[in-house]
Amino acid sequence: MSLLEIKNLQITFGGLDALSNLDFAIEEGEIVSVIGPNGAGKTTFFNAISGMISPTSGEIIFDGESVLGLDPNQITEMGIARTFQNVRLFPNMTVLENVMVSQHCRTSQLVVGALFQTKAFKKEEREIRERAEEILSFFGTRLVGYRLDQPAFALSYANRRRLEIARAMATQPRLLLLDEPVAGMNPIETAELTTLIGRLRDEWGFTIVIIEHDMKVVRDVSDRVVVLDHGVPIAQGSYDAVSTNPDVIEAYLGRPVEAKS
Amino acid sequence: MMSTSLAPRKLFDQNWKRIIFWGSICALSQVFICLVGLPAELDRRILIKSTLSLGYLFIIWVPLVFGYVVSKMVELEGIENPKPGPADLLSGAVTGLLGGLGLVILMLGIDNFDLRDPLLNWNPRLFRLLTFENGIGFGSMVWLLSGVGLGTLGAALHQMTSRIRKMIAYATFGLFILAVLEDVIDDLSEGLRLEWLSDMIYDKKGGVTVTSAIVIAVVLALIPMVTRGKIKEKVTQYRSNEEPGDQQRNSIILFALVAVVFLVLPWFLGGIVNELLANVGLFLLLALGLNIVVGLAGLLDLGYVAFFAVGGYTTAVFTSPNSPWFSPETHFGISLLAVVVMATLAGLLIGAPVIRMRGDYLAIVTLGFGEIIRLLFLSDWLKPYLGGSQGITNIPGIDLGPWEVRGADPRSVFYMVLAFCVLAIYVSWRLQGSRLGRAWMAIREDESVAEVMGINTVNSKLMAFVVGAVLASFSGAVLAAKVGSVFPKSFEILVSIIILVVVIVGGMGSITGVMVGSLVLIGILGGPRQPGLLQEFQNYKLLIYGALLVFMMLKRPEGLVPTARRTRELHQEEYLQDAWLGDDDSDQQEEAGERV
Repeated sequence: MSLLEIKNLQITFGGLDALSNLDFAIEEGEIVSVIGPNGAGKTTFFNAISGMISPTSGEIIFDGESVLGLDPNQITEMGIARTFQNVRLFPNMTVLENVMVSQHCRTSQLVVGALFQTKAFKKEEREIRERAEEILSFFGTRLVGYRLDQPAFALSYANRRRLEIARAMATQPRLLLLDEPVAGMNPIETAELTTLIGRLRDEWGFTIVIIEHDMKVVRDVSDRVVVLDHGVPIAQGSYDAVSTNPDVIEAYLGRPVEAKS
Repeated sequence: MMSTSLAPRKLFDQNWKRIIFWGSICALSQVFICLVGLPAELDRRILIKSTLSLGYLFIIWVPLVFGYVVSKMVELEGIENPKPGPADLLSGAVTGLLGGLGLVILMLGIDNFDLRDPLLNWNPRLFRLLTFENGIGFGSMVWLLSGVGLGTLGAALHQMTSRIRKMIAYATFGLFILAVLEDVIDDLSEGLRLEWLSDMIYDKKGGVTVTSAIVIAVVLALIPMVTRGKIKEKVTQYRSNEEPGDQQRNSIILFALVAVVFLVLPWFLGGIVNELLANVGLFLLLALGLNIVVGLAGLLDLGYVAFFAVGGYTTAVFTSPNSPWFSPETHFGISLLAVVVMATLAGLLIGAPVIRMRGDYLAIVTLGFGEIIRLLFLSDWLKPYLGGSQGITNIPGIDLGPWEVRGADPRSVFYMVLAFCVLAIYVSWRLQGSRLGRAWMAIREDESVAEVMGINTVNSKLMAFVVGAVLASFSGAVLAAKVGSVFPKSFEILVSIIILVVVIVGGMGSITGVMVGSLVLIGILGGPRQPGLLQEFQNYKLLIYGALLVFMMLKRPEGLVPTARRTRELHQEEYLQDAWLGDDDSDQQEEAGERV
């Protein structure tokens, strides 16, 4: 059984079909790239999976259960986490707090534990903190040390992107949705993050769906590529197959001028 | 560094437009203050015997401040400002003169026209006050000259060395506080058997005597002369050296010290001041609860008084023999359990429908629910159960074995309130650092992202509502036992708004800030119905609350004692600059590392 199955998904805003007839499945342990020109419906697709908008028709099945009609936090609890195209951290919380807070759905202490400082509460707090530090150290030295207590708004752009991934990792997902993770990074940072995405699957066992415009990254990380155009899937397959597909080239570059007959 | 190396301006090289602008505002403010009636009303309150009353003070601070403002130079980086000189003094003087002119015109107006119908304070009393009962010529002379003098003084503040400025500040503010706190100091010296001290400082009919005012001013001015900033140096040195662990220990020690002071102090205070402290405590308890809802979870609740009312009425029903329908006459302790249950229910009941709203919508809907609860208590429908507009009377005090807490003994009420406040502070402090506190913070920052990150926003927000509701209901319960009766009109919308002002002025999210806020606002200005230390302000409380709120929003939006987080939030540029200057090298090293 596939980890994520999308059946005949359709999303309509007013009269506009943002997505239509989307049908595909993602297997456990895969890295799938979703590409397409601007406005093709890639982010809408992520919003639908993470529950931020509800589809007009169709079905999204995660691990055998439908996610339609669930609140975003319930979907996160089932094991889907995401990052945002326009980085949306909690800017005034510290780096550490950003990662600690997203373990919310995996922890349980409420008012009573905090008031009486029970053993269970202290243990859980310690675990949350240790786990947060462990996740942050995945990105090398950039988000640890004195940075732990810096507010998120003080981070550089690339570090904010890294922190967003760390925050998504802390929800302990099975499926990780990355929305343009390397946008705005320089070539060195991009290359580094590309290897990290590979390690996210190999070491942490996440299945990853990634929206990306940087074709080098897409080529290097993905097992499979899905191309969307105007809300319709126009091709899928390996990077090489997709990159030579005439429909895809047309969607990106336009139709070659034909000789008038 | 200081951009003052250019020669001072020539005396008449003035920006007249600016001076006329600020001068007219100065004149308008003075006329406004007079027509609102502040001087006439506050003239009764003598600050310095036979020299200065609070009423006059309210007029004369205006030219001083505007003189200061008009001669203040905008400092821009890289642009040199001319050295301050006599020209700046002249701008201050002219501004003050224009202010004085405004008062002269007002006097002429009162003398020649009768506008008492729309303007209540357009009356001979104000006229007598402004002319010092010596005719309009004398009054005009005094106001014009004092305007010039005060305006010049305000401008001169820029040109003094910082030590002289500090001496003046110590002397004036110290004297002002001493004069304002007359009642408390009188009361306290009586309790400490030091009557001779207060007899020496204050006149029998109120106000500091002239001789002691001069002596005190000189003594206060000597303080910065003697210490020469050593204390501040020590404090900053001490602060910069301490470890995070020490910091926590120090704040605990500080809290313990404050607690000891509050435990011991009431024994040396008389009834009036204790009553005042009890009121401050009641509102502090409310403000601490609202601080959780507004400051931590970011839910702007304008109907907070509803929970206060629920606490009060539940206590009344359970303990009073006069409760019309259900009157078990239980002990306060048992009724307190009922209060917790009822407040939780009320929190859930009001919270559940409104919690899905965000921002402004939430504020408006809670405002409505706050009124609905009050109107329910007032309604004919519930009259057989809750007494309608007659309320429930004859609520007994709190019987605690050897002690009894009742309204006639404000000291006992104060201790009771103090206990609840300590509880509220503990609850806020613990929750702030817990999983739930972090979730609230995330919701405050960005609710939709918080939801995507797995936080059950509905439950977390309801939890904030309920915790806030329970704290507010405790305050209501103590109020009921203190006053001995509850009426719907004690739970007006104004209470919600004043508590919100306390939280905002004190510093949202900051426990210390809320404490300072309620001490200053409720203690000195007074609550919605409770008089404060300056009882004369009773009629002008809302005006001053409003002015204070506007001033704070413009000049110090983070509040009087803000949390570090909130300061950072509102001054991001400064923080980033500091951080950038601070870890310059480490960043560079890291960059180098990335390149390798």
